[in-house]
Amino acid sequence: MTSYQEFIQQNEDRDGVRFSWNLWPSSRLEATRLVVPVSCLFTPLKERPDLPPVQYEPVLCSRATCKAVLNPLCQVDFRAKIWACNFCFQRNPFPPSYAGISDVNQPAELMPQFSTIEYIVQRGPTAPLIFLYVVDTCLEEEDLQALKESLQMSLSLLPPNALVGLITFGRMVQVHELSCEGIAKSYVFRGTKDLTSKQIQEMLGLVKPAASVQQGRPPAPQDAAATCRFLQPVHRVDMNLTDLLGELQRDPWPVPQGKRTLRSTGVALTVAVGLLEGTYPNTGARVMLFIGGPPTQGPGMVVGDELKTPIRSWHDIQKDNARHLKKATKYYEAMANRSSANGHCIDIYACAMDQSGLLEMKCLSNFTGGHIVMGDSFNTSLFKQTFQRVFSKDYNGDFRMAFGGSLEVKTSREVKVCGAIGPCVSLGSKGSCVSENEMGIGGTSQWKLCGLNPSTTLALYFEVVNQHNAPVPQGGRGAIQFVTQYQHSNMQRRIRVTTVARNWADAQSQIQHIESSFDQEAAAVLMARLGVFRVESEEGPDVLRWLDRQLIRLCQKFGQFNKEDPTSFKLSESLSLYPQFMFHLRRSPFLQVFNNSPDESSYYRHHFVRQDLTQSLIMMQPMLYSYSFHGAPEPVLLDSSSILPDRILLMDSFFQLVIFHGETIAQWRKAGYQEMAEYENFKQLLLAPLDDAQEILQTRFPLPRYVETEHGGSQARFLLSKVNPSQTHNNLYAWGQETGAPILTDDVSLQVFMDHLKKLAVSSST
Amino acid sequence: MSQQGYVATPPYSQAQPGMGGYQGGFGAGPAQPPYGHYGGPPQTFAAPPTGMMKPPVPSAAGMPPPPASNQYNPNVQQNGAHPQRYPAPPADSAYGQPLQSPYNSMVSTAPPPAQQLTNQMGSMNLGNYAPGPMQSPPPPTSSVIQQPFQTPPAMGQPQMPPGSQLPHMSPPQSPQASMQMSGPPMSGQPMSGPPMPSQPMSGHPMPSQPMSGHPMPGQPMPGQPMSGPPMPSQPMSGHPMPGQPMSGPPMPSQPMSGHPMPGQPMSGPPMPSQPMSGHPMPGQPMSGPPMSGPPMAGPPMAGMGRPFPGPPPAGPGGFQQPGLGAAGPPGYPQQAGQFGGHMAGPQPGPQPGMPGAFPGAPGGLAGPPQKKLDPDSIPSITQVIEDDQVKRGGQVYSTNVRGQVPPLVTTDFTVQDQGNASPRFMRCTTYSLPSTADLAKQCQVPLATIIKPFANLPKNETPLYVVNHGETGPIRCNRCKAYMCPYMQFIDGGRRYQCGFCNCINEVPVFFFQHLDHMGRRADFFERPELSLGSYEFVATLDYCKNNKLPNPPAYIFMIDVSYNNIKSGLVKLICDELKTLLENLPSEDAAESSAVNVGFVTYNKVLHFYNVKSALAQPQMMVVSDTAEMFVPLLDGFLVNYQESRAVIHNLLDQIPDMFADSNESETVFVPVIQAGVEAFKAAECSGKLFIFQSSMPTAEAPGKLKNRDDKKLINTEKEKTLFQPLKGVYEQLSKDCVAQGCCVDLFLFPSQYMDIATMADVPSHTGGSVYKYNNFQVETDGEHFLRDLRKDVQKSIGFDAIMRVRTSTGFRATEFFGAVHMNNTTDVEMAAVDCDKALTVEFKHDDALSEETGALLQCALLYTTVTGQRRLRVHNLSLNCSSQLSELYKSCETDSLINFFAKSACRAILNQPLKNVREILVNQTAHMLACYRKNCASPSAASQLILPDAMKVFPVYMNSLMKMAPLVASTELSTDDRAHQRLLLMGMGVEDTQLLLYPRLTPLHNMDVNAEAPPTPVRCSEERLTDSGMFLLENGHSMFLWLGQATPPELIQSIFNLPSVAHLQGQICALPELDNPLSIKVRSFIDGLIEKRPNSMKLNFVRQKDKPEMLFRQFLVEDKGLHGGASYMDFLCYVHREIRQLLT
Repeated sequence: MTSYQEFIQQNEDRDGVRFSWNLWPSSRLEATRLVVPVSCLFTPLKERPDLPPVQYEPVLCSRATCKAVLNPLCQVDFRAKIWACNFCFQRNPFPPSYAGISDVNQPAELMPQFSTIEYIVQRGPTAPLIFLYVVDTCLEEEDLQALKESLQMSLSLLPPNALVGLITFGRMVQVHELSCEGIAKSYVFRGTKDLTSKQIQEMLGLVKPAASVQQGRPPAPQDAAATCRFLQPVHRVDMNLTDLLGELQRDPWPVPQGKRTLRSTGVALTVAVGLLEGTYPNTGARVMLFIGGPPTQGPGMVVGDELKTPIRSWHDIQKDNARHLKKATKYYEAMANRSSANGHCIDIYACAMDQSGLLEMKCLSNFTGGHIVMGDSFNTSLFKQTFQRVFSKDYNGDFRMAFGGSLEVKTSREVKVCGAIGPCVSLGSKGSCVSENEMGIGGTSQWKLCGLNPSTTLALYFEVVNQHNAPVPQGGRGAIQFVTQYQHSNMQRRIRVTTVARNWADAQSQIQHIESSFDQEAAAVLMARLGVFRVESEEGPDVLRWLDRQLIRLCQKFGQFNKEDPTSFKLSESLSLYPQFMFHLRRSPFLQVFNNSPDESSYYRHHFVRQDLTQSLIMMQPMLYSYSFHGAPEPVLLDSSSILPDRILLMDSFFQLVIFHGETIAQWRKAGYQEMAEYENFKQLLLAPLDDAQEILQTRFPLPRYVETEHGGSQARFLLSKVNPSQTHNNLYAWGQETGAPILTDDVSLQVFMDHLKKLAVSSST
Repeated sequence: MSQQGYVATPPYSQAQPGMGGYQGGFGAGPAQPPYGHYGGPPQTFAAPPTGMMKPPVPSAAGMPPPPASNQYNPNVQQNGAHPQRYPAPPADSAYGQPLQSPYNSMVSTAPPPAQQLTNQMGSMNLGNYAPGPMQSPPPPTSSVIQQPFQTPPAMGQPQMPPGSQLPHMSPPQSPQASMQMSGPPMSGQPMSGPPMPSQPMSGHPMPSQPMSGHPMPGQPMPGQPMSGPPMPSQPMSGHPMPGQPMSGPPMPSQPMSGHPMPGQPMSGPPMPSQPMSGHPMPGQPMSGPPMSGPPMAGPPMAGMGRPFPGPPPAGPGGFQQPGLGAAGPPGYPQQAGQFGGHMAGPQPGPQPGMPGAFPGAPGGLAGPPQKKLDPDSIPSITQVIEDDQVKRGGQVYSTNVRGQVPPLVTTDFTVQDQGNASPRFMRCTTYSLPSTADLAKQCQVPLATIIKPFANLPKNETPLYVVNHGETGPIRCNRCKAYMCPYMQFIDGGRRYQCGFCNCINEVPVFFFQHLDHMGRRADFFERPELSLGSYEFVATLDYCKNNKLPNPPAYIFMIDVSYNNIKSGLVKLICDELKTLLENLPSEDAAESSAVNVGFVTYNKVLHFYNVKSALAQPQMMVVSDTAEMFVPLLDGFLVNYQESRAVIHNLLDQIPDMFADSNESETVFVPVIQAGVEAFKAAECSGKLFIFQSSMPTAEAPGKLKNRDDKKLINTEKEKTLFQPLKGVYEQLSKDCVAQGCCVDLFLFPSQYMDIATMADVPSHTGGSVYKYNNFQVETDGEHFLRDLRKDVQKSIGFDAIMRVRTSTGFRATEFFGAVHMNNTTDVEMAAVDCDKALTVEFKHDDALSEETGALLQCALLYTTVTGQRRLRVHNLSLNCSSQLSELYKSCETDSLINFFAKSACRAILNQPLKNVREILVNQTAHMLACYRKNCASPSAASQLILPDAMKVFPVYMNSLMKMAPLVASTELSTDDRAHQRLLLMGMGVEDTQLLLYPRLTPLHNMDVNAEAPPTPVRCSEERLTDSGMFLLENGHSMFLWLGQATPPELIQSIFNLPSVAHLQGQICALPELDNPLSIKVRSFIDGLIEKRPNSMKLNFVRQKDKPEMLFRQFLVEDKGLHGGASYMDFLCYVHREIRQLLT
């Protein structure tokens, strides 16, 4: 075996799994002492172009409580045609179709390289994909126009046989009937009245009260199309729908001076959820909510319509001064739960200069795996391209989205699963592999992921339950199987099974091995997710303290130092970056709310708990590249000292992409040197970061905010707020004026942070 | 009186229990003979068609109509209206003969009786007429009679009469003899009797009564009396006639009339006595009004009433006895008698009948054929109308005199506003108020005014001027807030003015100051409408607007029920097609090019569909609202649009609606949410407006206001019958309030195929100034045009929205009760979501204090409303009335049409709270009271048996009787509950013209129309007897229209009208006359079209062939006949009332 680096990379590429520890401590006690739990980031639908799905169904362990899927780790007796489950040790006969099995004729699932394998379920009817647009019409004319165009454009991106529906809302909520010819027809709901799903279906005429059946009249034909005139195949209605969207008007109700427009987002969503619930339960569906402001009336209202009362800020929330917060949150949570129970996901596209209530509504997407996209206006490329990217296709020409997924985790006996953090909800499946110790969404071994895409990544936390005195199974390995069932965008039902195993190690004797198996990147993200998860329900400072304590403990556990001698403190290579990650995490908007609105915080956190490891790391610690005449572009420290006059910097913080021209560069550019033939090289230098940025913009979802700025530019703040404030107005003169740019902040710098960390780590009092 | 019974109805309350103490003194000179009218008409007689004569009930065989007797002739004259039927006087001989014979047949003994009769007659005459004779019989008898009457009372039950009488009838002759003897007494009784029985019978009864006279009291009356014999005799006896006339009234059938006479004679004797007692003829004339007029010789009668056209002279009382005179003068007197007779005569006859009738009603029928009193002898509405037309028609009526009684509503006149509101706007029950509450109480004549604030004015009258007093708004009295009007007295050289209503002295605002001339009149008197006119408008300022914001123009929303029924019947398509043209004619003010009224469209079944028809759209958009539990309007912009701007989109929509729902099989509908939607829409648009709702079924879908079938026929005739008329409370009640608050008027077009609880459904329209139209079992082919005409009229009529009205009065009295399609939040402000040109409000007044005869009584009705262009205006109508301490003044100034309007409305309201029986009783009692009071206080003394009616009220009993036969007031299980409820509500909003017409339909003969004549044919009385086998009659009452075809209608006539060979070929469902190019067809059609055009409602033309089943329908409109579902004939009723009066007088 090569280095752990490679092992990790290999595992990630093959299985989409990254464990915090790649050797597992063999006892519970040891495991807890490692501070960072045994846990992993798992990307269920990681793109595997090299992995063709198999056309049959998985073979399951026959034990009712196990039902693990046959995998390469199972022991197989080819002669007896029997296999032993590696989780419960049940011996199972192969099904008749495996009669021809032999040493040389093995099914794919038994081959080691198929530790991840995908099955296509042939049974059952295929269900259509459903896209339900829920569109706010309380927009500025320009915004609405842009949104209409985006929506019209999106029709051409949808699979032709997908069903589409349209709900618009403002003061009222309109469900548009798409099947009708001639007159455009819509059903209207009052924006202030909460309705049950049953009421909604009745009002939409989706259910016929039995009583109204009249004798002597031909009963209305109840075909599917009739039952749902609101959801129609794209190919049939796209003309119609295009026109309809084209004719969409801004909400016509007058808005008195000093008032906000009345926006019935809550009811619109209820109607959308109720409509799908009644017509296509448990079918992949995507509710796409486009809003241009906060809900201002009815259930789920976030702010009243009086302009004089501003929407809640963190300050209000901390002062418990946010009137509608709890009620609205509860309302949206209930709806999110309903929606996820039906397997429908909800996207939120919020484009407004002010907040639009994402804080309250975030659960809609968080629970159901929907996207949240936040922008300033629908008339920006940020929104337009991001939205377009929702419908991007993979190498097979299939949409990069899957629906109605569920993830089941099976563990070998020594391990139990504590919980998951990601865009999922619990399915409440208690089993032998469920730990009582909950981390994240716990108490279950199955989670529902109503919407997922190839980058959707869950953090899963485990607990080693092997008792200290129990021997580690000889040569045994701890195994975990992830069974992901989902509806593929081509409407197939699929099951992807990933089975991984890690060796056990005795923490006492093999602590170095364990230390070197530490995946500090994964660990940082996993801990960060825990932190972000906690911050939703705890006070920010508490979470920070908890994180600090964990860090200190980790350093104490693995650091090499002499007691009470901070200068002697050293961390091995496998942990060396970890404190730095934590430093930046502490400063990140995921844990800090300063300077961010509640909506922004929700938005950032939403993305943080679902992106894969690489993206998550970028979010925690943005990347900084430097372009200069001094050499090739290079990554530089995310530090104020990297900000030099003759450099162009490119910072990628996932949400923002900032190109920063140093002072000199900026002056040159202003002078127009790049226009001169003899300064072609300067022109090239200017273009270089643009090209790189373009590359990132091509793939990133959601599209980052793209900022070009320069020294002293107002937008430089995006950069300045991220870099380590090694030079501030406090220490500027001490550091000399030659290098870097001072940051006007009282925040501690990485150096100070590390100093304190060392001091605390070596202190015997903690 | 049973006043107490009436819950809310003050009118009744006025009635005084004891008639007794009245003064005898009449102020009345001969001038205003009550009856006079009759005589007047005669002229008409000229009419040729003898044919008519025959028509009268064949059964009457014996009866041969217009007994030739001279006496009869007179009658003829009187009846004016009927004239045609009766050949001119000459006929006499002819008649006489026929009559006799029949009679004879009837009563073998005829001859003898006749004599007796004659004798009686003679006496009668005397009594009735000037001729002295009467004196003798008198009083005593009457008293006796009375007793019998008491029993009969049950007015409501028509049936009884006939039968009972008959039995007695047989004995007739002999009785007669006795009768004569008893004569006098009889008379009294008879009166009552007859009425009771069915008319036909009644006629006879009369005689019988006499016969039975005292003994008989009860039944005897009936047929027998009729006994031809008497008749003949009468005829014979020229004079006797008078007496007969008496009996006349009862006579329903004309032919009978002849006979009746006999009856009368019977009574006659009594009569005379009475008359005698009274003042001999002279006296009567004096009393003119009462008996006298009529009684006077028939001819005189005419004269009596008023100066009739031609004939006037004759009458002693100055009555005209037009034709009469000519014919058989001698006989005539009798005519007079008829009137008087009615009065008197009826009594006699009736009474006997009464008693008997009620009780047994035994086969009296048999008797019927016998003679009857001459119906022509009793006051005729057609005659009265015609007389007034002749007298005041075509003239200019200047409103410059206080307390002046305007022409009848049926008269064609021109109004010149000179300080009092035109009678088109305001009409009063009397133009001379009693000066004290005691007087008012004593006479029991309701004091009320019927206000139709938006009445249409004919083209030749000036529309109201609009006055603008600038930013400060109209000038008003500081204390009572009355608006500047001609009754404000300027003093102090014009610097101050004294309010005519409260006498408060106010400063004249500077900008309004003007010097006074030597008369104390402002120099600008003629320049300012508010100083010189009775009606004008003010421009209202912001203070008069809701929320201090100028109103937006109103909007009309068309809400079409698209449930299965309406789609299937083709109604939806019909409406949609019509709207395309209809909307071009939305109301606008004066010269405005296009209407400012916005329009909106909603369709609905169980859910509501709103339409966005914004002009910018290529296609309309439909918005469905299924949340009927909490209604709202889904859109604002694009819902209410300007028709002209959005025409293309609207037409597109109207084209599509029928198709869109073509496959719908939804049969449930909602209703309340539909109205709520309208209210919400208006609220959102901040305007007022009107909803046009087209609904076909009871709203049974689950939603607020869901209704159940509560039509329980078992309740009829019980204490709980009223519940059938009571709307359900709760959501409907609230809805009315909401509508009114928003100025949302609701017009309901109903197309029911079964019960739909109109009492409840029409509740909102009836509180919001809306109208309810109902088309039972609607079929496009037959009812389509009818409905569309209604719709067009309704959409186009002039209307004001969001109105609030206040009626101010000068000190001493005030408005206490308001009847109409209105809503009242307090006791003074009348709120109307809308008020259109056909809606009238009846306001009753009560005394607070004594009124001054000098200053009179002032009324100011101020109506604040929003015009169709969205301007806020104040419409002011002023009216000044006289006050008098003389009851005779009051009776002289009464307006029967207004009175009956008041009674109709108060009765319609009363039945919500009381059993029908009580209501009917109250009506009769009050009628009797009013008349008795007159008799007692105003009429010259006369025999108790004589019925004396004030001239101004002489046809009041016809109306009253008709009113009591209106569906709402008749407890019959055969009438649809919905129809009754509907009619009740209709009545509540009606103006005087409408109630007049409804209660006394026009029956116009068309078969002998003069193709070249300008004037339309003269209507005849509403009685079966006026129909002829070979005739063709048009009957209309403002809501229904029938073309009645006699069995023997000449084929040529049929051919020229229908293009069919005979009546028999007239098949099934034709709903209009074919357009044929011959003068008759053209004339008939233009006549019918003219009528339809003139009435507020369109009418469906129904074709009825004599003896066909549908004829029953038609017959119920012959209000002088016995009601199909109960209700007395005019004659019977008159007798009954007379009996009551007599009772009161004793």
